[in-house]
Amino acid sequence: MTRMAEAIVAEGLVKRYGSVVALDGLDLVVPEGTVMGLLGPNGAGKTTTVRVLTTLLEHDEGKATVAGLDVVADAKELRRRIGLSGQYAAVDENLTGFENLDMVGRLYHLGKKASRERARELLERFDLVDAADRPVKGYSGGMRRRLDLAGALVAKPSVLFLDEPTTGLDPRSRLGMWDVISELVAGGTTLLLTTQYLEEADRLADKIAVIDHGKVIALGTANELKDQVGGERLELTVSSAQDAELAKTALAPLAIGEIALDDRGHRLTVPVSGGADVLVDGIRRLDSESIKVLDIGLRRPTLDDVFLTLTGHAAEEKQGEQGE
Amino acid sequence: MSAFAQALGDGAVVAKRNLIKIKRVPDLIVFSTLSPIMFVLLFAYVFGGSIAIPGMDYREFLMAGIFAQTVVFGATITGAGLADDIQKGVIDRFRSLPMARSAVLIGRTTSDLANNVIVIVVMSITGLIVGWRIHSSPLEALAGFALLLLFAYAVSWGMAIVGLMVRSPEVFNNASFIAIFPLTFIANTFVQESSLPGPLKTFAEWNPVSAVTAAARHLFGNTNPLSPVPDVWSLQHPVLMTLIWVVVFLLVFVPLAIRQYRKAVAR
Repeated sequence: MTRMAEAIVAEGLVKRYGSVVALDGLDLVVPEGTVMGLLGPNGAGKTTTVRVLTTLLEHDEGKATVAGLDVVADAKELRRRIGLSGQYAAVDENLTGFENLDMVGRLYHLGKKASRERARELLERFDLVDAADRPVKGYSGGMRRRLDLAGALVAKPSVLFLDEPTTGLDPRSRLGMWDVISELVAGGTTLLLTTQYLEEADRLADKIAVIDHGKVIALGTANELKDQVGGERLELTVSSAQDAELAKTALAPLAIGEIALDDRGHRLTVPVSGGADVLVDGIRRLDSESIKVLDIGLRRPTLDDVFLTLTGHAAEEKQGEQGE
Repeated sequence: MSAFAQALGDGAVVAKRNLIKIKRVPDLIVFSTLSPIMFVLLFAYVFGGSIAIPGMDYREFLMAGIFAQTVVFGATITGAGLADDIQKGVIDRFRSLPMARSAVLIGRTTSDLANNVIVIVVMSITGLIVGWRIHSSPLEALAGFALLLLFAYAVSWGMAIVGLMVRSPEVFNNASFIAIFPLTFIANTFVQESSLPGPLKTFAEWNPVSAVTAAARHLFGNTNPLSPVPDVWSLQHPVLMTLIWVVVFLLVFVPLAIRQYRKAVAR
């Protein structure tokens, strides 16, 4: 039975490389028209998942369908329906931007005329018109990524896979990519996005699957995941340890858990609930005790906190190891 | 569209992409023609004086050998190019497209064949300058060039397997040199195989590179009237032997290369 409302279904995927288990029973469901963020450190199995779902790699156990088609049995038909943009911006340096896209169009068998028109259209959409007829060699990192993404869109795929689309980009280019991707998914494309940037998943994905050691260890919206870790916190910095003790006493009525002090004794973290009202209340209490506050703010947990809580290690811990 | 026609069509798209690279990065073709020119000059003027081929001028003898060596080296571009494409993720992109599985390999080997044609033209001119002459009919000479290119094309498919396995152009170059130097030197390319000691002589007699060299020598009319008729079948019928090698290479390498391509992923 094919479930058309589900663009991607993976059940119990296992992939081994010798004794290394890259995927260890991964389950994933992505409804049509939504964005799923696959979040995890290097080596967690993100890229392996994308490779299995895009027919580049055959899994050892389990079952996966994309757009209702089996990734192994219907691989050929499936390739017509998907777009993939990988980690490395797989564009040909010696071809121009136009030639790159035209080549991809021809290989999707769009025909000469349609392929050229589509290439020009995409170059315009991704703000590459000026550079269209220059070899990619001279492109910036951000331009290459945009071109690579355009390549994935040539055949108007119903399901799009982006494997770490902003890894290695400078902050400005990253913001640019985010805008492009946001615009794209606003148009209704189903997207599976992998990232090691928690901020990126938060910003782009409807739902986030946190993966570690080849398994999904948590699934939900960014807010749901943050709630798993705990609610809001009031964070404040004072100028002395003495003030910190006073502040701790003053804020005790607002705390819903234990108030933490940092090592220097100048910074307090107070678990609270109630949003901005609590912040105002807290400031009043501190003011009435004449405690001088250097900095105060209400903070929701970041996905970094989520990751640390869920996996017991920080998201960046495995940085520097070889990619999956 | 039949599967075969589609594979050829897709292969043409890939070949065009590779040929654009030759145009945009002319250094590649410059250096891949400079090294054979260097070989011609080195052997003609440096070693030529000490290698005596009774009955004929060494340069006449040498050229077919250098042609054979050069086209075999030209065939290694296939492996290096594929390894480079894997490393850059281009193969991942190709493999995610609904194109024929063999198309990238067909395109690659075809464009490398074009590269070899350019190199052969440049080398022929160099050879003519240092005193090499063709003594056969134009048709035979053309058959000689065609045979060299056909042989190189078949070798290309073997190089493709290695390139897809090692996945790094640097590793590929080191690996292919280890195979190619003995193949092109323990042969009749630069010396007469009859002058080699025991086991090396046997190796040289059955070495595919010897077959294509002897075939080219024969078709260019650069044979030595004084040298004895070789006592092995392979060198008595070099043209046929070369064609047999080509067929065997293609039958073995093409399916293996396609299989390796299906498994190839970037790291």
